[in-house]
Amino acid sequence: MRREGSPFKGLSVVAFKEAADHMASPRMHLVMLLVILTAIGSIYGAIGQIKETVGQDPFLFLRLFTTARDPLPSFMAFLGFLLPLIGIALGFDAVNGEYSRRTMSRILSQPIYRDALLAGKFLGALMVIAICLVTLWLMISGMGILLLGLPPSGEEVLRSFAFLLTSLVYSGVWLAASMLFSTLFRAPATSALAALTLWLVLTLFWGMLAPLAAGAFVPIDPFDPSTAVHQAEIAHALARLSPSTLFGEVTLALLNPATRALGIIFYSQLQGAVMGAPLPFGQSAILIWPQLASLIAGMLVVYTIAYLSFQRQEIRA
Amino acid sequence: MSTPVIEARGLSKRYGPAIAVDALDLTVMKGEVFGLLGPNGAGKTTTILLLLGLTEPTEGSVKVLGRDPLREPLVVKSRVGYLPDAVGFYDHMSAWENLAYTARLAGLEQQDATRRIAAALERVRLPHVAQKRVSTFSRGMRQRLGIADLLVKGCELAILDEPTSGLDPQSTQELLELIGTLAREGMTIVLSSHLLSMVQSVCSRVALFHQGKVGLVGKVSELAGKVLGGSYVIELEAEGCDVPAVARTVEGVSQASRLSNGAVRVDARSDVRGALAAAIVAAGGELKRLSMDRSSLDEVYVRYFEQVDHAA
Repeated sequence: MRREGSPFKGLSVVAFKEAADHMASPRMHLVMLLVILTAIGSIYGAIGQIKETVGQDPFLFLRLFTTARDPLPSFMAFLGFLLPLIGIALGFDAVNGEYSRRTMSRILSQPIYRDALLAGKFLGALMVIAICLVTLWLMISGMGILLLGLPPSGEEVLRSFAFLLTSLVYSGVWLAASMLFSTLFRAPATSALAALTLWLVLTLFWGMLAPLAAGAFVPIDPFDPSTAVHQAEIAHALARLSPSTLFGEVTLALLNPATRALGIIFYSQLQGAVMGAPLPFGQSAILIWPQLASLIAGMLVVYTIAYLSFQRQEIRA
Repeated sequence: MSTPVIEARGLSKRYGPAIAVDALDLTVMKGEVFGLLGPNGAGKTTTILLLLGLTEPTEGSVKVLGRDPLREPLVVKSRVGYLPDAVGFYDHMSAWENLAYTARLAGLEQQDATRRIAAALERVRLPHVAQKRVSTFSRGMRQRLGIADLLVKGCELAILDEPTSGLDPQSTQELLELIGTLAREGMTIVLSSHLLSMVQSVCSRVALFHQGKVGLVGKVSELAGKVLGGSYVIELEAEGCDVPAVARTVEGVSQASRLSNGAVRVDARSDVRGALAAAIVAAGGELKRLSMDRSSLDEVYVRYFEQVDHAA
């Protein structure tokens, strides 16, 4: 049956209202405080480390993101860990919160489609994340310029901007996931717990589970060395099911221009390569393209599942 | 009073084997205050959701303001206002912001919206708390804010689900007066309730729901006639004579008995209040009270469900 009227009516109204809500919510303030504090800590550590290192590096600015100084991990690693948390914090009560506030039926009795409500919530939260990431990025650049006296080069700006975009997509995956849980579970606490569980499993344990699972599925035959390669490839493929693995690979290739390959590579394939020589941005972009595309696809697929389950839901009070 | 605002034909909604609404036929005319009356779980809320297009019927069709709420939901929803049972607002936003949000969703211009919100808050007597957070509001204030929401939208048809549930008597009275005024200004109102007294005081017509079916439709007085079979129940208090005995001599009285509180209950086939009073005074009695309150919807309601349950 064909319905009349645009599904996008009211989309921007919902999106801006949600964004304004998030901006003012204490939840968001807490998460951002956490992110900014870790950012300052890790960047400060990185700057100290860089100052102590003697040697030339054409991508010194990017080292800000990737250098770790004990006991702090690098900013990149921190962000990989905390970005999902931002996404979860903004999405876990998106739909069920409307039910528990009893606003759902009143909002849906306004002349908008359900599509606009869900998409508006998603875009609103994504907008807030984008604003926060840009702020963070500017803050880091400022710290780098002030404390190192070093302006970023054009290529570095490009690479760190691509990193910014990847971060946005990565937290978008988690936003979509937590919104999916918020449509599946009626209690916001349950959906938050479910999202946090998934987050822990995929960011902490998946990296350990993937090789184990690969070992169980494809055992190594000691007389056939190709089985070892096969197992490693399977383990790698399994690990890539987790968005955190994909995010790690993309950031590695973007922020460390010397990265030539993500995955197993044979010595013979490196013949003629100048080890440690940086790739131009275009080549790095080609390298990360499958990962980035998978992240975007993951975000869209999870959002679509959330959308379907929301469309099929009965709206009772 | 001639154009139908709601026309439902054979409307059914099933959740698996459970039947929420069963082959419902319903016509509501423009300018009416129509009451959906029935116990909890009789299918009133589901019917309302079907009318708004918020849930899809399993069978049957419905036309609201001449349009199909499933095919043209945006048009229907922009002309129909809905006040859900225990309406919710965004607690962290002020009353004004909440109304402004729905005004934007309804697609109103900024200036128009500002004017309408101010007028609506004035109407529901909440202008003094316009900038206060809704979390500080009482139940009655929220309900009135819900009415303001409908006024801002400027809807032609307002559907109110249990508008007075959980309100104290004063808030209930205020809300009913507000509903009455809106109806006099030409808004068609459909309200659901299990409270008979409230339905009786504001509704021009009533549909009695029972297990997803509409048992009876009509004016309150007509319903009384249909269900009670033209029987009238009069309660009276008098001293100085044997009241039940005197009452039984009056023409048209079928039964008279003393109640536990000392009053006498008289069942009659017509309105015999005048004759009854005269008979008691003639017998030397002193008439203290004579009333016919309960020959109302309450009685219709109880009797109707008794009949249905006996039939089942």
